[in-house]
Amino acid sequence: MPKLYTFIKYFCVILWSCFVIAPFLWAISTSFKDFNSVTGGATYIPWLQFEPTLDGWSVLFKPGSQGGINIIGPYFNSIFVTFTASFISIALGTLSAYALSRYTFKAGFVQNNDITFFFISQRIMPPVVLAIPFFLFLSTLGLLDSLAGLILVYIVLLMPIAVWIMVDFFNRVPKEIDETALIDGCNPFQAFFKVVLPNSIPGMIVAGLFCIIFGWIDFFFAFILTFTNVQLLPVKIVALNSSITPWWSLSAAALVSVAPLIVVAFVVERFLSKGNLSGALK
Amino acid sequence: MSLNLGNIIFKPTEQYHLNDITLNFEPGKMYTILGRTLSGKTTLLKTIAGLLSPDSGYIQFEGKDFLAIPVWQRNVAMVYQQFINYPHLNVKQNIEFPLKQRKMDPNLIEKEVSDAIQKVGLKGFEERKIQELSGGQQQRVALARSLAKKAKILLLDEPLVNLDYKLREGLREEFKKLFIGSEASQSIFVYASTDPLEAMQLNGDIIVIDEGKILQTGSAKDVFENPANAKVAEITNDPAMNLNKGKIDNNKLILNNEIQFNLPSNLQSMPSGDYLVGIRATDLYLDDQGFDFQVDISEISGSETFLHLHHQDIKCVATIEGVKSYEVDEHVKINFDLSKIYLFKESGELHYSPYQN
Repeated sequence: MPKLYTFIKYFCVILWSCFVIAPFLWAISTSFKDFNSVTGGATYIPWLQFEPTLDGWSVLFKPGSQGGINIIGPYFNSIFVTFTASFISIALGTLSAYALSRYTFKAGFVQNNDITFFFISQRIMPPVVLAIPFFLFLSTLGLLDSLAGLILVYIVLLMPIAVWIMVDFFNRVPKEIDETALIDGCNPFQAFFKVVLPNSIPGMIVAGLFCIIFGWIDFFFAFILTFTNVQLLPVKIVALNSSITPWWSLSAAALVSVAPLIVVAFVVERFLSKGNLSGALK
Repeated sequence: MSLNLGNIIFKPTEQYHLNDITLNFEPGKMYTILGRTLSGKTTLLKTIAGLLSPDSGYIQFEGKDFLAIPVWQRNVAMVYQQFINYPHLNVKQNIEFPLKQRKMDPNLIEKEVSDAIQKVGLKGFEERKIQELSGGQQQRVALARSLAKKAKILLLDEPLVNLDYKLREGLREEFKKLFIGSEASQSIFVYASTDPLEAMQLNGDIIVIDEGKILQTGSAKDVFENPANAKVAEITNDPAMNLNKGKIDNNKLILNNEIQFNLPSNLQSMPSGDYLVGIRATDLYLDDQGFDFQVDISEISGSETFLHLHHQDIKCVATIEGVKSYEVDEHVKINFDLSKIYLFKESGELHYSPYQN
């Protein structure tokens, strides 16, 4: 019986792994193909079934004048915008969440829960609703087509996620810990920075992960709020699409664009396996 | 050097959380606040600590207005019912945290911390993480932290309630030793508890609180023997004191018009009229000549058995020596030790106690 169970367990894990890994393998092999290899039926093994070329990859790095799209600039723009916006969102979101979790706010019928909902409601609307307001807003500020403008918009989009996760996190941290810090001689700021914050790192990592993912994959606002001066990776990749879809370049671009997320996932995974994420506060 | 609370009122909602509390605490003494859950014990402790500000009233400590001093400058220590420590610090760092916060001399900190660790029996655990400790050990860390501080006011909010029985018994003994010990005797200890037995064992002054109001203060013996009113009698006894309506008429004591006794000699001088008749569960006993009662619930507690009984409208709990099992609805013969009967006025005030002179 245990043997059967082990067999089923491993069978499921392997099956699942196939589903997860296959697209990657597919993308990797496609990125080394040319037009003929892609359209000439399903082939998998380089050199044996098709002749690998670096054409798909080179397009990504060639300047426009040579028929490429040169993603290096947009790539670093994307990384800069996503990480800066995520960092600021986490910093502001953590502070707001702590206040929402620990202090009572009241303005007429508006209370803590309503404020929390106000944050989250920013994410409930379909993004299209926000497109025109954001456009007008940024154009008034003169921040259209700029990194600062994008960061500003992404903070608006990402901070609700941070607030949402961190409010939940802080609600589970007994407030007696803050009180003990006060009793032990900390003023409220010291209590937050010396006691609450060091214990909130697991929650902040989770919130950060969500912010980075949501920021990184955004195409819509990056597309609407930028023109030529500043471009982000998702927008640039779409520019690859011409009359003939260059599957090889798209695959290469896809691989390049998931790379930072994979790096982030590995870093977080190290925290997870150390047990730092769970059980820091029971 | 004493701590004085005067007319403290705290009413954050429609209900009073603290209702006109006036208390004096003297250094070197142990005070037990005894009350049921939600009676205001924790609120009172937090008010003394400074975590809550009362709506009105004053708190004076060493002649100074305590309410004007923020929590972090009050030099109090508090141990919570939950095991509250700093999870990101190890045992030693937890204990030295308040001392470092006070910017004490590092050599002195070292000494105080190792003293405190020694006292609570955590030697060898200094480098452990809090999560690696058992509940009892975690509470010892919290205890050591408040001991090392040498605070002038030590507040203990049901510190033993989340521990298992054996540990509770052991730690309670240590508490008494640690706190009533010579060097600590300049501090004020306030211990909140729901457990009458615990309050009696700690043997300090007892403050009985209910619905945010102080019902009685006095020594453990005094509160036990002469509960100020029926409420106190319920709160300070476990099982709660049995209270039934009764009257004295024609040299008879009649309970609920159902059970009659000839008036015992000690009650002869009582005027006739309606009373609330109180008797402790331990003063009921099995007796073949007794009254017929039906068992509602029978529960075994240690080496005793609690019988929840009724006789028509009379309800009471009896503590029977030894472990015995009873069926529900079984009939038993129960008698009352009339020399231990309390009489309360209908308003609840104590009218007669068997310990009165």
